[in-house]
Amino acid sequence: MPCERRAGNARRHGPAGIARPTPSCPTQTSRGMRPRRILPLLGVGLVLPLDAFAQTVHTLPPDSGDTAWMLTATMLVLLMTIPGLALFYGGMVRAKNLLSVLMQCFAITALVTVLWMLYGYSLAFSSAGMHAGTFNLHSIVGGLDRALLAGLTPASRYQTVPESVFVMFQLTFAIITPALIVGAFAERMKFSAMLWFSALWFTLAYLPMAHMVWGGPGSLLGDLGVIDFAGGTVVHINAGIAGLVACLVIGKRRGWPHTPMPPHNMGYTVIGASLLWLGWFGFNAGSAVAANGSAGMAMLVTQIATAAAAIGWTAAEWIAHRRASVLGIVSGAVAGLVAVTPAAGTCGPGGALVLGLVAGTVCFFTATRLKYRLGYDDALDVFGVHAIAGIVGALLTGPLAAPALGGFGTVESLGGQLWIQAKGVAFTIAWSAVLSWAILKLIDRTLGLRVNTEQEQMGLDLAEHEERAYNLS
Amino acid sequence: MKWITAVIKPFTLDDVREALAEAGVQGMTVTEVKGFGRQHGHTELYRGAEYVVDFLPKLKIEVAVADEHADQVIEAITAAARTGKVGDGKIFVSALEQVIRIRTQEVDSDAL
Repeated sequence: MPCERRAGNARRHGPAGIARPTPSCPTQTSRGMRPRRILPLLGVGLVLPLDAFAQTVHTLPPDSGDTAWMLTATMLVLLMTIPGLALFYGGMVRAKNLLSVLMQCFAITALVTVLWMLYGYSLAFSSAGMHAGTFNLHSIVGGLDRALLAGLTPASRYQTVPESVFVMFQLTFAIITPALIVGAFAERMKFSAMLWFSALWFTLAYLPMAHMVWGGPGSLLGDLGVIDFAGGTVVHINAGIAGLVACLVIGKRRGWPHTPMPPHNMGYTVIGASLLWLGWFGFNAGSAVAANGSAGMAMLVTQIATAAAAIGWTAAEWIAHRRASVLGIVSGAVAGLVAVTPAAGTCGPGGALVLGLVAGTVCFFTATRLKYRLGYDDALDVFGVHAIAGIVGALLTGPLAAPALGGFGTVESLGGQLWIQAKGVAFTIAWSAVLSWAILKLIDRTLGLRVNTEQEQMGLDLAEHEERAYNLS
Repeated sequence: MKWITAVIKPFTLDDVREALAEAGVQGMTVTEVKGFGRQHGHTELYRGAEYVVDFLPKLKIEVAVADEHADQVIEAITAAARTGKVGDGKIFVSALEQVIRIRTQEVDSDAL
């Protein structure tokens, strides 16, 4: 099934010709060419009919270097969720809720893996029925022809790597996205409700979103020309908006904001943030799906943007509060990682520096001021950091892809691409908000979202899991 | 007999214990406590959420001594625990009616 093997190409060279060169580029003759020289040629490939795409993909030889890198990158992205995100979040909650957060991240990892195998990969990446420039049902969601991973063999290939590796790599993205939302409703959601929410949200919100951006020619946002290299819209805005909706629907934690709820173990949070930083190289550089110059540049700009955002947040905090805090610098780093995610394939080092500084500074204000001003209890700032940095990153990705601003994309009209990006952002916000709200309301009406007051005060570790994190005596 | 309770800064414990040993004290009880006096707490700030921490960690030392021994013990504690800054702590002295050693059932000065 040739079409399936090249599903998701839009991620690297969308119809607007904005993304980046990869070994799958039909017109690329040798690897390691400079991106600028290849990119104009990409436009030619983009108007080829599907069959031509399929044939060219088949002519790509398997590459052990690419495969080795993608195996590694996949493990790095898994490391982001367990234990990276789990510890990052776990350290920020109170001691009585540590296990509940670790459990939620771990359980989502297991749950999403099974759903991915059953139907998730197919709904996200099947390209059956898709045609470039044609809007139909499959512009929004893939078919079920690859359900149960039908047709997958050791010989199946995606570009230059085994398709099994691509399935695994994309799975790790599908895992971390619902896990990110955990931070918004931490310390008060029922475990059973969390499982239902994660399964439904993954199915109804994540899978179509991944398909619309990465599904290849014929996908809604791919055809629109939205640049999203590694998942700024699909992962971060999607999860960040879901987090905001979730904390609004489920309500504040008892006592917030008057009762102190300081992080119980900042050490865990720093370890978690450091693992996120490390794992993000798999996320961003791995999104090249090759061990090539694009992957190397993605890694470099990821590092630069992250460092700049850590500095941006810390500087803002130093000026505003006369202190540079540990939670501040690691939060800034995460904001930078989020912001550079959509841009990692197209922005240059200078662009990454600007992107990071802007994201770190903006997120400092949204996470420390906006939340208290508006009064929503987004416990661990999923909206304030992920959605906001995701939006800043997605918007700036447009102009920063332009060679005029040091980017490596083919963007010529800065404003034009900014507008396309804005449309992608607005669509993602609306998509995630509506679906998240509907799913949460459904669960609230049936199962109930929230533990009772007594359980909340006892802590979810004992109330939900009958265990405690610390048995010190 | 006197019952001497001293609340001190935690890091002075080793010095106080040595000073008390030199003053002939043969046993003591140490408890980790929290509280505040003139030294106020501090503030903590996490992503814009400011918490005022009123209670500071201190150590409480309890010693039972003979009447004639009390002044010497009080001086020893004062000398060892004093830094000259706010928050050095306090010593409370009260009368002690009876002491019994459980193992031998000795009482009062024999039990000290």
